[in-house]
Order: sequence, then C-alpha cells, then structure tokens
Amino acid sequence: MKPAPFKYYVPRSVPEVLSLLNEHGYDAKILAGGQSLVPMMNFRLVQPAVLVDINNIPEMAEIQPHEKGVRLGAMVRHSQAEKDPLIKEKAPLVHETMPKIATVQIRNRGTIGGSLAHADPSAELVVVSTALDARFKIQNLNGERVVPASEFFVGLMVTAMGPEDLLVEVEFPPLPPRSGWSLKEVARRPHDFALVGVAAVVVLDKKDRCKEARLVYLSAGDGPISAPEAAGLLVGEQFTPALATAAAEKASADEIDPGSDIHATADFRRHLANVLTQRALEEAFQRAKGGK
Amino acid sequence: MENTFNLSVTVNGKSYQQTIDPRTLLSDFLRNDLGLTGTHVGCEHGVCGACTVLLDGKSVRSCLLFAPQVHNQEVLTVEGLGTIDDLHPLQEAFREAHALQCGFCTPGILTTLVPYLEENPNPTEEEIREAISGNLCRCTGYQHIIDAVKLATEKTNT
Repeated sequence: MKPAPFKYYVPRSVPEVLSLLNEHGYDAKILAGGQSLVPMMNFRLVQPAVLVDINNIPEMAEIQPHEKGVRLGAMVRHSQAEKDPLIKEKAPLVHETMPKIATVQIRNRGTIGGSLAHADPSAELVVVSTALDARFKIQNLNGERVVPASEFFVGLMVTAMGPEDLLVEVEFPPLPPRSGWSLKEVARRPHDFALVGVAAVVVLDKKDRCKEARLVYLSAGDGPISAPEAAGLLVGEQFTPALATAAAEKASADEIDPGSDIHATADFRRHLANVLTQRALEEAFQRAKGGK
Repeated sequence: MENTFNLSVTVNGKSYQQTIDPRTLLSDFLRNDLGLTGTHVGCEHGVCGACTVLLDGKSVRSCLLFAPQVHNQEVLTVEGLGTIDDLHPLQEAFREAHALQCGFCTPGILTTLVPYLEENPNPTEEEIREAISGNLCRCTGYQHIIDAVKLATEKTNT
C-alpha cells in the first residue's frame, strides 16, 4: 500500500519546524507518532503534499517538573510517559491513563502531543487533559501562546491550532490537596477504542465535602464532553452511593450526546456512562479521602 | 529522481543503504526491497498486528512507519529471531504447542511477545491475552498460543 506522494522533511529544531509550517501552511502535515495520521494516509483520506517529521528533535520529548506540576514535551511517547516516575508522582491520573491507550505497539510510537492535536473524542488523553485543566503551549513564527484545555478542543478533531502552529508542550498543573481522580471505560478488548469512558476529578474540604468536581466523557459526543450540571450536584456534599447515582443519571441522561454504531447503540452508551460514573466517583472520593 | 531519501538502516544485524521514495512504508520496504517476507501485511492501518517488528528493541507496527523514520536505527524482524536449525525458544514452544495454523499472524505475535516476556517473564493467562490483544488470529482461537507462551515461560524459568 502506498500513500499519495509527499515531500518529506526532517527538521532538527523547533524553529526549523516553524519555518516549514509557515512556508507550506495547509499543504503540510506534522508527523509525530503517526499512529493516527499514517492509517489515514494509507487509506488516502489525507494526502498532505508535505510531511514534516518531528521525531528527531530530542528537546521535544522531555518531561520536566513545572510549578509543582509536570510539563511534557509534545513528542513524549505514551510508553515513555507510562514509565516516568515524575508523571506518576505529579500527574497520577495521566500515569494511570497510559496503559489504557491503545496496544503496546501503538504506545511505543504514539505521542502525547500527537494524540492531543488529533483531538479524537474517543482518545483518553483528550478527556483527561480536559479534566485536569491542562495547558497547551503552542508556537508559530510570530511567537508563543498558552491555551487551556477548555479552549484547545474546539470540535470533532478540531483544535484551536492553525496550519502554522506547532504544539510544543503540555503542562499538567498539580492537583490541590485532598484531590481524587478516576478514569473508567469500557472497551470490547483491552486497549481497543473505548465504547464510552469517564474521567472524574474531585477536591474535598476538611469535612470530606466536595469543593470542586469535574466529570468529562469520551466517545460521548463531538469532543471531550463535560458534565458541569452533574458535577454541580456533588458540590457541598459528602459521598453517598445515592449522590453518585444522582450525578451519574444527570450526566448520562442530559449532558452527554453519544452516537450509535455497529458496536453499541447510543442508549447502551448512556447506560455504560451511568454505571461508569458511579464507579469513577466512588474511586475518586475514596482517593481524595486518602484511602486507596 | 527528485523526491528520494537515502536510507541507512540495520535489519537483523545487517546494514543496508538504499535510496527510496519517502512514502515507502517500513512494512513494504522490508518485504519488497529487502525480500524479508516474514513480516506480514494484513490490514495496513494498525489494527491486526501482523506487521509488528522491533525498532530499537520495542514492538512497533511497521505499516504505520515510513521507512525514512528508521534511518540509522535497528530493526529486528521475525527472520532475526531464530533460524530453522536454531529456533528462538518462543518459536520452539509455538511449534511444540501447535500455536499456529495458517501462520499469518505468527510473526507479529512472536515479535510482540519477545520484548513483552523480557519485561514480564512470568505472565498469567490473562496477562498473556492482554499482551497479544493487538494481534488478530483468525485460526486458533488463541488457546494454543496461550499454551505455547506458558510452555516457553516454564522452560525458561526452570
């Protein structure tokens, strides 16, 4: 099989990438891990005239502490992130998410930045970065800007980036004390695309009452789907199974918008979202209280 | 030719220099340019796992890499695991436990499992199933593959 012909560039630095993007605009595609782009090129769904391979820029693959959180270069691969002690310590939800993303062969190539820039609504990282309020550092020839996750994901596989932009880094801010998190999903096979999934993050006060909550869903609409009303039901409350059920019902019935396909109907996805939300909340509250 | 790439790569310990079209997939390069047809091409979009090879020791899908991306790196294909007279212990176990029928998926499963077993020398049945969840086999129902992996780990652990 052969993708359509393209001109292949292997820049060795970020400024070089930026000039290539500036020169070629919409004709150019960035080749990061290639685990989503190359299948689309093999099918000729995408036929970029220019391919800018950014796999040879070591500084784009660094993991560093950042204001008590952690900063990941866009070219950090999933398998690299999975084993990194700093991510485990500073962004435990990201650490826990890694093995759920695709098979090991994909994780050995796929990158954090590639997955986020691709913005597939069924991608775990898209949802987790939204739940954790990650910040995206974007560069082009004119300078740099930092965009929060809530503004980065614009729609179905659409982000706030233009053709001349390069995602260089993602920052995961530290979770406040007494935070808990959970990612629950159902997939037909381990590491396959999830039928539906939910990331839950809660912050508790000294009396175990929820101060802040966030629920974000994958494969439940045209992007990472937040459920602010369901999360609002939790605020001011201590955990009870009834509370989790109420939030889960609110989110799954009113706030998500899953589709039907050969693998699951929209109704079945809503049912799964309901059950998974209850489980995720229980785990998140437990972790916030300090139990594991 | 204007749009070409001068590729330098080590495959199964042997170094190759070749001028290629940059759009050549690694899977096609291995099969068509080097004649290493042990790497099988199934779905060509990263689902079936038949084209799995090792890149610098890590399992990757060769249909999702352009050959220029492995420039100056080391690739190991199923041909590099063992020979007919000197099979890799995992290949030996596959033969013994009848872990293949048509054999199409086998190279990908072997190349997936070799690095996996190095990191996890004693996996449970469930872990073995999970380890090969990215490799489709349409003949065996996987059972004999699981048996073979267990056999291989028993042999290396005793």
